[in-house]
Amino acid sequence: METSEARDDSVGSRIGMWLFLLSEILIFGGLFLLYAVYRAKHPVDFHNASLALSRFDGTLNTAVLLTSSLTAVLAIYSLQELGKKRASAWFLGATIALGGVFLVVKGFEWAAKFEHGLYPRAAELLKHPPGEILYFGLYFTMTGLHALHVIIGMTVLSVVLSWVVKGSVNQKRSAILENAGLYWHLVDIIWIFLFPLFYLIS
Amino acid sequence: MALARYIWIWVALLVLTAITVTTAGLNIGRIAIVVVLAIAAGKSTLVLLYFMHLATEKRVLLKILVPIAITVLAIFIGLTYTDVLTR
Repeated sequence: METSEARDDSVGSRIGMWLFLLSEILIFGGLFLLYAVYRAKHPVDFHNASLALSRFDGTLNTAVLLTSSLTAVLAIYSLQELGKKRASAWFLGATIALGGVFLVVKGFEWAAKFEHGLYPRAAELLKHPPGEILYFGLYFTMTGLHALHVIIGMTVLSVVLSWVVKGSVNQKRSAILENAGLYWHLVDIIWIFLFPLFYLIS
Repeated sequence: MALARYIWIWVALLVLTAITVTTAGLNIGRIAIVVVLAIAAGKSTLVLLYFMHLATEKRVLLKILVPIAITVLAIFIGLTYTDVLTR
């Protein structure tokens, strides 16, 4: 086998990426299990607690992330299929920007919860029934871990963007762009489940 | 054409989001959670198949990875859940 081929194994890197994504799914899977059990124990408290969330903000953020997934896939398509470096770079930039919009909306939501004393171990929250305390604990843990993934995704996409601009990631060598896209879509999928479970159960 | 397909998938995802928000607002009781989760599963399938390119994936290994993960999760969550509910 030629050495250049051995060094540039796009299938191998894709398999590696998918295995990593599966481990990510299991991390969130554990939290979803916790959610399912606590919700079964405290259905009314979960219902009441979710009234505190803004359904509009949640829906807006869902649309933002879905759109960012479209721009991510278009960035890959532009480079791999069309060989258009500039278009690919712009789509990547749009994806990162939409990730930023998501975080800003999330930040406002979190700030509003903090203002109302609805954060873990807050004196105000501890007066609520146990199920509501659990709900907000899970809310901050799960959306927080998800937001961390958004930040990591934006960082990875920014690095890949700089490589696309530089030309070291190009039409022939785009495995890392593809993998960064896979990571971003996974973050989107996790949100697809977080959104109804926290925002749409009241 | 691939570009048009991507845009249609995106439109479908937004439409499903609109449906799920509307459904949740209808006050149809306990069945609502089943509906919104089914829609979430549908949306994820679209993302996995078309945005993450599993629909055109030729490697069997990659094709079966996601069903394996879903099976593991279903056993994991399903068994624990039934245990807790029947205690």
